[in-house]
Amino acid sequence: MSGHESTYEPKLGITKWLDSRLPIVRLAHDSFVDFPTPKNLNYWYTFGGILAVCLAIQIITGVVLAMHYTATVDEAFGSVERIMRDVPFGWLIRNIHMVGASMFILAVYVHMFRGLYYGSYKAPREVLWLLGCVIFLLMMATAFLGYMLPWGQMSLHGANVIINLFGAIPLVGESIQSWLMGGPSVGNQTLQRFFSLHYLLPFMIAGVVILHIWALHVPGNNNPTGKEVQDVEKDTVPFHPYYTVKDGFAIVVFLIIFAAFVFYAPNVLGHADNYVEANPLVTPAHIVPEWYLLPFYAILRAITFNIGPIEAKLLGVIFMFGSIAVLFLLPWLDTSKVKSMRYRPVAKQFFLGFVVACLLLSWCGAENPDNPIIKMGDDKLVVTYTDAAGLEGSRVFEEYAPASQFRDETAAAGGTASLGIQVAPAFRFLHLSQLMTLYYFAYFLIILPFLGLRERPKGEPDSIHHSILGNDAPAAAPAE
Amino acid sequence: MSDSTTTATENVDEERRDFIHVAAIAATVGGAGMVAYPFIDQMNAAGDTKAASSLEVDVTKVPLGGEIRVLIGGKPFFLRHRTPEEIAAAVNTDVAKMPDPETDEARLMPLPDGTYNPAILVTSGACTHLGCVPVGPAQGNVGDYGGWYCPCHGSHYDTSGRIRKGPAPTNLPIPQYEWVSNSVVKISL
Repeated sequence: MSGHESTYEPKLGITKWLDSRLPIVRLAHDSFVDFPTPKNLNYWYTFGGILAVCLAIQIITGVVLAMHYTATVDEAFGSVERIMRDVPFGWLIRNIHMVGASMFILAVYVHMFRGLYYGSYKAPREVLWLLGCVIFLLMMATAFLGYMLPWGQMSLHGANVIINLFGAIPLVGESIQSWLMGGPSVGNQTLQRFFSLHYLLPFMIAGVVILHIWALHVPGNNNPTGKEVQDVEKDTVPFHPYYTVKDGFAIVVFLIIFAAFVFYAPNVLGHADNYVEANPLVTPAHIVPEWYLLPFYAILRAITFNIGPIEAKLLGVIFMFGSIAVLFLLPWLDTSKVKSMRYRPVAKQFFLGFVVACLLLSWCGAENPDNPIIKMGDDKLVVTYTDAAGLEGSRVFEEYAPASQFRDETAAAGGTASLGIQVAPAFRFLHLSQLMTLYYFAYFLIILPFLGLRERPKGEPDSIHHSILGNDAPAAAPAE
Repeated sequence: MSDSTTTATENVDEERRDFIHVAAIAATVGGAGMVAYPFIDQMNAAGDTKAASSLEVDVTKVPLGGEIRVLIGGKPFFLRHRTPEEIAAAVNTDVAKMPDPETDEARLMPLPDGTYNPAILVTSGACTHLGCVPVGPAQGNVGDYGGWYCPCHGSHYDTSGRIRKGPAPTNLPIPQYEWVSNSVVKISL
C-alpha cells in the first residue's frame, strides 16, 4: 500500500550489498510478505492467486508443447496426435494445457464477478479494473488462437466464422479479413501466424499482470465491506502468513478440481469434432465455440434485425464487442458511492439477475437459436401443390399418412406437390438470447447508473474492523 | 514552450529551438510510419499465395450427373456435369418467384466460340448463409430442388445453384472463370 513504510531489514552482508544496488528482495518483501491486507477477505478473494498459478501452468506446459508441435497444415494435426501417443508424458502435458485453458478462464470469470459484486472497480481502483479488462481481452484472444493450433475441424471452421465477423465491417472489412488470414482463406500462413501470436500473448498477459498487481498495491485490496483501510493496526493483517496460507489452501482445492478434469474428463469441455483433421470441403454440422465464449456468441446471434442503415450482421458484431467494451466503462457507469453490494439491497437482486443472464446466454450460445424452449402447439405437415390444371395451393395435415397420400395422388394426377413442415409458434433460444442480451446491456447502461442515485444503502459498517466487531466498538479513527 | 528564453549564461533562439522540435517530431512520426508499414504489410497475402489463386480444370473428367470439388486458395468450388433433366429443371422454372432471381443462362460462361455448354455448371462451394460447404450428389443429398443441400442450417439450392429454400440470402456465386478450350475451364479467385 502506498504510504506504508518498508519493514525489510537486510541482515547478511550479501543482502545488504544487493539491497543498495537492486532492492528486489525489498520489493518482494513489501509486496508479498509485510503487505498490509484487509483482515476480512473471504475465499472469493483467493482467485487472484489462483489466476497467477494458472498463468504459470499455461506458460510452462505451453513452452513444452511448442517443443513438439509443428505449425503447418500438413503436420499440425499429426504432431498433436504424436504428442498424445508418442512423446513421453505428452498426453499429460497437453491435457493440462487444454484443461488449463478452461480452468484459467473459469477462475477469471469468478474473479470478475467478485469484482462486480464488491464494487472493486470503483475509485480509487479504476485503473486496476481497466488493466484487468485488458488481461481478459488478451486471454480471450490467446484462447481463440490456441484453439486453432490442433488443426481439427472446429479449429478451422471456428476460426473461419470468427474471422468472417471482421468482414461485416463496412468498407475495410474484406481487406482486414484477408490481412488477418494472409490469403483468400484460413490456410497454412494463417496457422503459422496464429502459432506465433499464441506464443507471444501469454507473455504480454504476464506483463499486464505485473501492472495489475502494481495498480492493486497502490490503493491496497478492496474487501467485502468496500470500506477503505482507516487504521492499519486494526483493519489489516500482513499478507504473509495470513493470506499466503489462505490463498495456498484455495489453490490446493482448485488444483484438485483441475486434476480431476485432467485425469478423468480431459475432453469433456471440448468438442469431438476437433479430433477430426481440418477439411475445408466439409463443414461440421454444428459449429460452436468453446464454452467460455458462448455468452458472446449468443449475443452475436441474438441480433437478427437491422437498426436503421446498420445491417443485422454488423450490428451483431457491434453488440458482441460492445458487451466487452461496456466493462471498460463500468467504473464511470455505476453511480453508487457504496462499493459493496452487501449493503445495496436492490442492486444485489439485479446482480443476481446479471449472473443468471450470463448463464442463460451461455446456454443459448450452445443451442441452435431456432430450437424451441417452450412450444405453443404442434408442428404440422403442409403440402404445397400445383395440380394438373395449373392451380396452386397448399393443405395442412396433422398426420404423415394422409399428407403423403395427398401428395402422391396430386402427383399421379399430373400435378406437382411437395411436403414440408409448418413449424408451430414457440418461445425459442433466439428469443431467450434477445431478452438476456437486453438485460446484459440494461444492467450496465440503465440499472447501475440510475440505481446508484435512488437506492438507499443498508447496514454499512463504519470501518473494516467494525464489520467484524460491530459498530459499537470504539472507533479507531474519526469516521469519514 | 518555457517562457524564460534567456538565462544568465546563454541566449536561446526560440525559433531555432521550435524548428528542431518540429523537425524531430516529424522525423520520429515519419520514421515510425515507415517502419510500421512493412511490418503490417507482411501479413497480407504473399506472392506465392496470390499466384496459387487460379486453377485449370479438365471438365471431361466430371461424370454425368456428378460433380467434382476443387479447392483454390483453400476456397471450395463445384463443377457439376448436369443431366438433360437437371438442365431442363433449371431452365423451366419461374425465375421471378425465387429469392434471388437469376436465369440459368446468366449463370454460364461462353465457350471460346461464343456458344454455351449448359451441361457444365461452375459455382462457388460456400453456402451464402454462413460459409458452410453444401452436400451434393456424391454425398447422397441434393435437397428438395435437386441441386445442393446445406446441412448446417438447411438451405436448398437447385440444379443451377440458386437458393430456393432456407436461410441463405443469395445464390451460390459464379466464380470468375473462363473456358480456355471446349474441355478446360480456368477458375480464378
